[in-house]
Amino acid sequence: MKEVKLFHGPNHPGMHGNFSVHLTVDGDTVVSARPNPGMLHRGFEKLMERRSWIQNIALIPRICVPEPDINEAVYSMGVEALAGMEIPERAKYIRVIVLEIARIMIHLMSVGGIGGPTGLYTAPNWGIADRDLFLDIFEKLTGHRIYHMYIVPGGVRQDIPADLLKEIEEKLDNLEKRLVEYRELIFDHPIIHKRLKGTAPLPKELALAWGITGIGIRSNGFDYDIRKYDPYLVYDKLSFDVPVCDESDAYSRLMLKFREIPQSMRIIRQAIADMPAGKVRIKLPGNALKWKVPKGAVYSRLESSRGEYGYYMVSDGGLTPYRVHVRGASYPQGLYGVEAGLPGTRLEDVAVWLDTMGVCAPEFDR
Amino acid sequence: MKEPKINLLSPLKGVKYLFKKPVTLNVPKEEREAADRYRGFHTNDWETCIGCGSCSEICPTSAISMEKVPGLEIDPVEGKTDERPVIDYGRCCWCAFCVDICTTGSLKMSKDYVFIDPNPDKFIYIPDEEGINHNQPEEGYQRNEETDLLELERRPMEQAPAEERKSSFMEYVKGFSKEEAMREAARCVECGICTNTCPAHMNIPEYINAVFEDDLKEASDYLYKTNPLPAVCGRVCTHKCEDVCSIAHRGEAVSIRWLKRYIVDNTPDKTYEDVVMSTVSRKGEGKVAIVGAGPAGLAAAYYLRTLGHAVTVYEEKPLPGGVMRYGIPRYRLPDEALDKDVSLIEKTGVELLTGTRVGRDITLEELHEKYDAVFLSTGFMDPRDLGVPGSEHADVINAMDFLPRVTDYIRGAGKQPDVHEHAVVIGGGNVAYDVARSVVRLQMERYGQSDVKVCALECVKELPADLEEVEEGSEEGVKVYGGWGPKEIIIEDGKIVRLDLVKCLSIFDENGRFSPDFDEELTLSIEGSQVFVSIGQAPDYRYLPESIQNQLEFKGPRIRVDEGGRTSLEWLFAGGDIVKGPDIITAVANGHEAAKSIDAYLESKK
Repeated sequence: MKEVKLFHGPNHPGMHGNFSVHLTVDGDTVVSARPNPGMLHRGFEKLMERRSWIQNIALIPRICVPEPDINEAVYSMGVEALAGMEIPERAKYIRVIVLEIARIMIHLMSVGGIGGPTGLYTAPNWGIADRDLFLDIFEKLTGHRIYHMYIVPGGVRQDIPADLLKEIEEKLDNLEKRLVEYRELIFDHPIIHKRLKGTAPLPKELALAWGITGIGIRSNGFDYDIRKYDPYLVYDKLSFDVPVCDESDAYSRLMLKFREIPQSMRIIRQAIADMPAGKVRIKLPGNALKWKVPKGAVYSRLESSRGEYGYYMVSDGGLTPYRVHVRGASYPQGLYGVEAGLPGTRLEDVAVWLDTMGVCAPEFDR
Repeated sequence: MKEPKINLLSPLKGVKYLFKKPVTLNVPKEEREAADRYRGFHTNDWETCIGCGSCSEICPTSAISMEKVPGLEIDPVEGKTDERPVIDYGRCCWCAFCVDICTTGSLKMSKDYVFIDPNPDKFIYIPDEEGINHNQPEEGYQRNEETDLLELERRPMEQAPAEERKSSFMEYVKGFSKEEAMREAARCVECGICTNTCPAHMNIPEYINAVFEDDLKEASDYLYKTNPLPAVCGRVCTHKCEDVCSIAHRGEAVSIRWLKRYIVDNTPDKTYEDVVMSTVSRKGEGKVAIVGAGPAGLAAAYYLRTLGHAVTVYEEKPLPGGVMRYGIPRYRLPDEALDKDVSLIEKTGVELLTGTRVGRDITLEELHEKYDAVFLSTGFMDPRDLGVPGSEHADVINAMDFLPRVTDYIRGAGKQPDVHEHAVVIGGGNVAYDVARSVVRLQMERYGQSDVKVCALECVKELPADLEEVEEGSEEGVKVYGGWGPKEIIIEDGKIVRLDLVKCLSIFDENGRFSPDFDEELTLSIEGSQVFVSIGQAPDYRYLPESIQNQLEFKGPRIRVDEGGRTSLEWLFAGGDIVKGPDIITAVANGHEAAKSIDAYLESKK
């Protein structure tokens, strides 16, 4: 049969961000897949070189729209390492709370989002609605719902009010009940079982060869999580488990994301209980227009919902970064993975593959 | 968590939510109040905003531009510009860094976030009463200590403690180290409001930024563009710039004066000299005489040299500097600093004829014949009379007679001026404080203790002297009696015993003229056997021949000139205290302007 070329994206319900995959299909089977980046034209790394250290805080959340806080945190941690700043303890706890809420939110979006490629449209609506309740938390804490611009070099911009901590706990309690329904709706669903189990497998050898981290490697039996392997902030003081499984297919990867939500809730509850009082920010000398970061280079990293997320930052001692390289967590699966992993899958599984592998286009098409 | 099992009924789990109220709202059909910290549309307090432009500088998306607003003018006294922020909501990312850095706190963000209009131009607006939200919505995001992007506290300046410094005429302000200077320079937002206010319009943000970048050559270059006396002004300038510094609205002004001093004191000599000499031009061909080597005369001389003209300065005193040499005490302005400025000006080729009094050694008419133009800067060096009973006593000493004797004594050119154990100073200006603090030092030398009382018409909070003079004077033991006017100096057995004062109710009449009103019933006596009078200075125009005096216009004691220092005689220019006053930087500005006018005049004669 004659092969047909199809364009999956840049706009597609199963595509996260403006990213395009050029597929050649033989019947329903993918023969070749070619990732086609450049649809975003954002050039974050280059833009960062032209913006002051503080101005970049307004730019970088856009590198991953559904989980923007990781960018603020990894950037700030990098600046702090370069400047030798030790941030207040309370700020570390607040950062953990923010990062874990963000993780829950993107997992809700992603777990619910499986409804897109599988036709279970109740799930994404639930995911978005429950995420929205946490966006209210962010609005109250930071002043905005999506791009928070809250974590800054030296700490966080504003303290977290006590009543908001209470509200977070209430919302976590509420979500805990909802998770039972999510499990029943999505993970007990016969069609989901049929569509995801055994679909889009990620063999261990490939995961290792491509440098996949996060869910991709943890679904292959490795408990690699930066929060455990190279603890940052106060993760070493908090107890939590890293869910792993042995066989990586769409179902098991989705399940791992789902199982991470209660762990994040556990972390947040501990952080709220243990958080000391005190200041939440220290600053670089001078006004923000004249902040300089000492000369040096640093690789700053953390565990995002998609794996190891890092910034390699170089400062020449000036008012702007000399160079920043973003290691987007989904770079391996989003670029090599698409080209090497998709051939052989069925056309309708392409979106499932992209969703469960954790692909966030802006973070590698940066 | 339970292991998932296939459940055929699971698809029906969502049915129960079918009749529940959704968590989302249909904005704008449904109203939704934003959170307290919400970063919505901006508001700007029109009265408070000074147009410093820091919001525009910090804006990561260039959404804020500063634009001239019709009806607004640059106000150098209040420290306001004629520009205000205009916000383009097509670009704004609502980060609120503009709010965090706002120097006055006028720019805020509201809870207002809904605005619908088909016209995209409506989304670019000045946040005022005419704007999207009429400037009156509920306040949202607020800056606090932790979000603040300014550094509000200035770096402390190291200076000798009062007990130590009052026994010595040594300069007591130590000056910034490199680290401190760079740190202080990092506080500046480069708004340039100071430049508008500085009489010489010095490139303040530029030289501060050069300090921040540790480029002292560039910094010196900026200093000499508008001021050839930076070592002097870096120590004793009245720093009007700091009064309007935008940081001072919420914090402490940037130490502009000390940063200037840091540049002068720390630029390597060779670099500094190269900068000064690189400005000297050979193109002009005129010959100009300058009468008086004070700040105005020296500034005019330097800038005339940069324009290439030959300059001769006539100075009556043995050393150049005028009030800088013979008025300001050495603990504030050491000779070395003044000599540094003067010697560089001399090096540019200025001929300095000291000990030559115009009107005695050479007449003004002769100068007119010998030179193409003449610049007068003879200053206010004569004392004003007190005019109360007892003021003719020999122990009543005028400030402008006393201060030169003090400075001469310190440089070894005269004997120690006679000071009594208990002294009174009449006057509340900087000169009065120079006298009082000098007397303290001389008393300490002679008696090991001091007793100086200052009395002034103004109440203590409104004294015309700089606040730091008043504060440092008090630290050194100077007592102040504010709101009192002298009535009589009481003399018994040929010696002064006390000064009788009456309460001053007001100083100026309804037309703003000096006309003090006293309550004769309310009196006070302060004891002392020596009285120093510092109630202002006057010019000495004896060197001006009557024929010339008749052709000049006067305004009170001052010669009337235009903004370029031109008098009513085309060859005669004037500057400094005799045209404006009251400080060195104004005199420098006069000198610079006059140099430009003289150059234009000489060009026109070609």
